[in-house]
Amino acid sequence: MMSHLAQTAPLAKTSQETNIKKKQGLKKLKRYLPLFLLMIPGLVYLIINNYLPLFGMVIAFKDINYSKGIFGSDWIGLKNFEFLFRSSDAFIITRNTLLYNGAFIIINTVIAVAIAIILNDIKNKFLSRFYQSVIVLPYLISMVVVGYLAFSVFSIDSGLMNKTILPMLGMKDISWYTEPQYWPYILTIVHAWNGAGFLCVIYLASIISIDPEYYEAATLDGASKWQQVRAITIPLITPVITMMTLLAIGRIFYSDFGLFYQVPMNSGALADTTNVIDTYVFRGLMVLGDIGMSSAAGVYQSIVGFVLVIVSNYIVRKVNRENALF
Amino acid sequence: MTIENKSFQWIINIIMMAIAIACLIPFSLLIMSSISSEASIIQNGYTFFPEEFSMKAYGYLWTHWSELGRAYGITVFITVVGTAASLAITSMLAYPISRSDLPLKNLFAFLVFFTLLFNGGLVPTYLIYTQVFHLKNTIWALLIPGLLMNGFNVLLVRTFFMTSIPPALIEAASIDGAGEIKIFYRIVLPLSLPIMATIGLFAAILYWNDWFNGLTYVTDSKYFSIQTILNKMMTDIQFLTSNSNIAGSSATSEIAEIPSTSVRMAIAVIGVLPILIAYPFFQKYFIKGITIGAVK
Repeated sequence: MMSHLAQTAPLAKTSQETNIKKKQGLKKLKRYLPLFLLMIPGLVYLIINNYLPLFGMVIAFKDINYSKGIFGSDWIGLKNFEFLFRSSDAFIITRNTLLYNGAFIIINTVIAVAIAIILNDIKNKFLSRFYQSVIVLPYLISMVVVGYLAFSVFSIDSGLMNKTILPMLGMKDISWYTEPQYWPYILTIVHAWNGAGFLCVIYLASIISIDPEYYEAATLDGASKWQQVRAITIPLITPVITMMTLLAIGRIFYSDFGLFYQVPMNSGALADTTNVIDTYVFRGLMVLGDIGMSSAAGVYQSIVGFVLVIVSNYIVRKVNRENALF
Repeated sequence: MTIENKSFQWIINIIMMAIAIACLIPFSLLIMSSISSEASIIQNGYTFFPEEFSMKAYGYLWTHWSELGRAYGITVFITVVGTAASLAITSMLAYPISRSDLPLKNLFAFLVFFTLLFNGGLVPTYLIYTQVFHLKNTIWALLIPGLLMNGFNVLLVRTFFMTSIPPALIEAASIDGAGEIKIFYRIVLPLSLPIMATIGLFAAILYWNDWFNGLTYVTDSKYFSIQTILNKMMTDIQFLTSNSNIAGSSATSEIAEIPSTSVRMAIAVIGVLPILIAYPFFQKYFIKGITIGAVK
């Protein structure tokens, strides 16, 4: 297949080049018109869904007035940002976003790599496939349902924790949804349950592609399983781990909105420990109607997020050019 | 040696079995709780082995079958229409920019790519959709914002077109007199079924699971999808009753009789069951899709 492509591609290119040379501007337009027409729906969608909101970011610098419209409202410069950064909110949501996502990246990577290494050693192909499909199942479920699952465990009056597990350990009830100190752990566990399987499948694919001869040679030399994992598996998948981690760091300013909105059940008492930039922006817009503040936080997120993507991609390029996004 | 290997296999299988159980066990807690009687939930909480079974929660949900049926209808509709539309516009944009001879190809590819790096965020998006396009409380609100197409998929499909469809094939069809559009849907698309199936599956999951657009853009119960109903009932268990057309007094007496702790679990079961039933049939493609997306 590949050799066939390699043989025909240059031929096609030269014949296309001579073709193009023959045709003049108008003819060229006519020839490519159908292709341009095909692109129209997609381009229109990008304009509506992505580019208009990009220009709409100017509202962060305006005093929004619906009667004057988004673009007609009065300019107020950086006032919205001044309010945002003078409040304690800016620090709290930035801290929460970075700490949660940082912990998620580390913990999920460790769990996913560990499970992938174990899965790769399972000889029974049917069981191996069964495990894979079970561990990615939580990823398939909507966050609302995950919220319900968490509720069945943490419900104050009837949850599994308060009614079964804590009494078994001889401990008193905990009012989970009003006591913030437990939530960093709860959210980390729920996120690992929800997302580690997905990452694991990616790492498993890269472990499977390792040449089995390395392991055969190591076994002949008397290397134990653990030595093989440390000397062969881990070093050989390190580029993939580095790349996935750097890409995740590039997105560290964006959180899984559903996780932080649904799982704590929007509980006010937990706000300071579960509020991240995404939930802050959402509540500012939908609940408080404070468009100035929430749009300023949104712009802050977009700009820092953009810088982080560029920086992490720059590093990925340094590590391995092929894996870079651009 | 072989004995050692055998016990090693046993150990790792036991570890994996434990992990698999950890992934599945919340679902069984959910299902068992939904068929527990109110009395036994009050006594023992949500458990895997309720003392007394009861289908009252489902009985209550059954009295609201018209609202739930409607919500399911909305969910199925947006999943089918959304997925089809998404596949169409994604492939139609990806194909031209996959063609090395297209004028301004790099400009268009950049327009797609840039959306992955930078976005306006929720507030301007919300204002554009509600103030400029008046999408609030229409079926479009569930179909269009954020879900219809994403740049990542466009680039994924473009890469597939560039690497898996020999340019000579397109050239040959063109020499035979086929127009560009005909080449696209008679040659390129049929050769791209694997990537289309992957993108389509993920788009369908996205639409089926979406509650964000319902939460953000819909307040009219006419357009509530099943996920939106789940979302509403999370904080307001009486939502179905208070939202139905039953006259005042009978509604209040009904509210008093709702087996609310088990209903909360039953509605989640209603929401998640179709996915759990369908999953064995598409899990293979789902897992394959995850790795395709990861290597871009």
